[in-house]
Amino acid sequence: MRNVWIIIKRETLSYFATPLAYVFIVIFLALSGALAFFIGRFMSREQADLIPFFDYHPWLYLLLIPAIAMRLWAEERKTGTIENLMTLPISTVEAVVGKFLAAWGFTGLALALTFPMWISVNVLGDPDNGVILASYIGSLFMAGAFLAIGSCISALTKNQVIAFIISATVCFLFTMAGLELVLNFFRLWAPDLLVDTIASLSFLTHFTAVTKGVIELRDIIYFASMIAVWLLANVVVVDVRKAA
Amino acid sequence: MSTMIELDHLTKRFGALVAVDDISMSVSRGEVLGFLGPNGAGKSTTMKIVAGFLEPTSGIAKICGHDVTVDPVAVKRRIGYLPEGAPTYGDMTPISYLGFIAEIRGFDGAEKRRRVDMSVERLGLERVLRQPIETLSKGYKRRVGFAQAILHDPEVLIMDEPTDGLDPNQKRLVRSLIHEMAAEKAIVISTHILEEVDAVCNRVVMIAGGRLLADGTPASLRARAKDHNALLLRVVPDKVEAARVKISAIDGVSTVETVTRRDGAVILRVPAGTNAATVVAALGAENIAVEELMNEVGMLDDVFYDITAHAAHRENPYA
Repeated sequence: MRNVWIIIKRETLSYFATPLAYVFIVIFLALSGALAFFIGRFMSREQADLIPFFDYHPWLYLLLIPAIAMRLWAEERKTGTIENLMTLPISTVEAVVGKFLAAWGFTGLALALTFPMWISVNVLGDPDNGVILASYIGSLFMAGAFLAIGSCISALTKNQVIAFIISATVCFLFTMAGLELVLNFFRLWAPDLLVDTIASLSFLTHFTAVTKGVIELRDIIYFASMIAVWLLANVVVVDVRKAA
Repeated sequence: MSTMIELDHLTKRFGALVAVDDISMSVSRGEVLGFLGPNGAGKSTTMKIVAGFLEPTSGIAKICGHDVTVDPVAVKRRIGYLPEGAPTYGDMTPISYLGFIAEIRGFDGAEKRRRVDMSVERLGLERVLRQPIETLSKGYKRRVGFAQAILHDPEVLIMDEPTDGLDPNQKRLVRSLIHEMAAEKAIVISTHILEEVDAVCNRVVMIAGGRLLADGTPASLRARAKDHNALLLRVVPDKVEAARVKISAIDGVSTVETVTRRDGAVILRVPAGTNAATVVAALGAENIAVEELMNEVGMLDDVFYDITAHAAHRENPYA
């Protein structure tokens, strides 16, 4: 646990040592606000909730999270620091979890900085703050799942651009899996069981459920197990490359 | 002597390529082992396996009795490893980077500060402590990497080309550090700079094509050179031919070569095994004065070439 904490500290420091952290946070805030106000018609809907804000999170994450995740391992491989890191007395699990938690914490910070949205909606009306809290938690977990996917894929290559494109694609597939458009295509020929499985794997299905205000255990378990599975794959990828 | 590093039939394959081919050897405390070989010989791969960065395809690598594949963390605790090119986190400053290394090595509070200070002082990093590492010169970057490797005072120190790309003064610093630490550690350095072997190593291992080809002290390897211990004589210029004939007549002397030195002087080279006194006496009898008499020291370069080039030859079926 101590080692994980030390890795988290080092990683977090390095986010803020470069413009990366600031650029990410500014873009995240600007885009999430712009999407909510202009496309989500946050004001003209005249409803005191943050649905137009949270609705765009999956799409925002699709663009921004792979950008955070792509450097996690690919950059270490490119610069050779992975040889330094992995010859320190830490286990692969500690390295993987530490890097992930640092990135997740950082994303959480960006998300927390959207609090003016929450203040505005409370000033303008009388929203259900329970729903908003649930949505924030759901959004954070969804970001974690995106990150875990991105981290695992980043470990496969030393090229950050490739890591970005592949993670974005995989995340896109997981998000899209819940859209009627995709499900209808499968309904044409696939058995119901398969269609249900695909739908149940979708980020969108689970996230929409959470933003409706019902934090159901199964949605959180879904995102938590997505994170666990992808991080496990991440550990395997790092270890396999050691033996290759 | 206690054995610190033990390699037992270590082999590493990358697909069809055999990078390390059945290497067995051991290194004890107090030894500074120079790992010599041409580029691509398998030096780095072997060191990466010992440091726990790569896993061997077969064979065993043990550090202080711990198997690298079975208990990598125990091994990594006991090793200081400087990878080739000394990669460090460029966006960090030396002070925060060394702090991170100290923490991960298990040092806290005052002990952490003491360790960092010691490394900083040993490598002379005081002036650059708060500059991002990526803005430092190559020499300083290398020193930061070196500081990282010795911070926990490891029993085993593995360094992949520690002086590569450094200027002569920086090389001297690194070599004197190795000297200082040599007594209580087992140190392995890889290099293809042969003078370095003479400067710091008390043992040399040559590998090529992944195979161990020679193992001994620098002197014993040098003795393998063709002209090692040959007699070199300089006589007055107009007596060179006469002297050559005279020496050739001595019993047991097969050939006497004449070599023109860079400064223009003509030197006679008598193969090793001939008594210098006999030669001088024979020339004295003819009134040929010997102006200079030397023993040729075998060149490690030549030994290196003989050993590794032959290996390359064997590897290549079309050669």
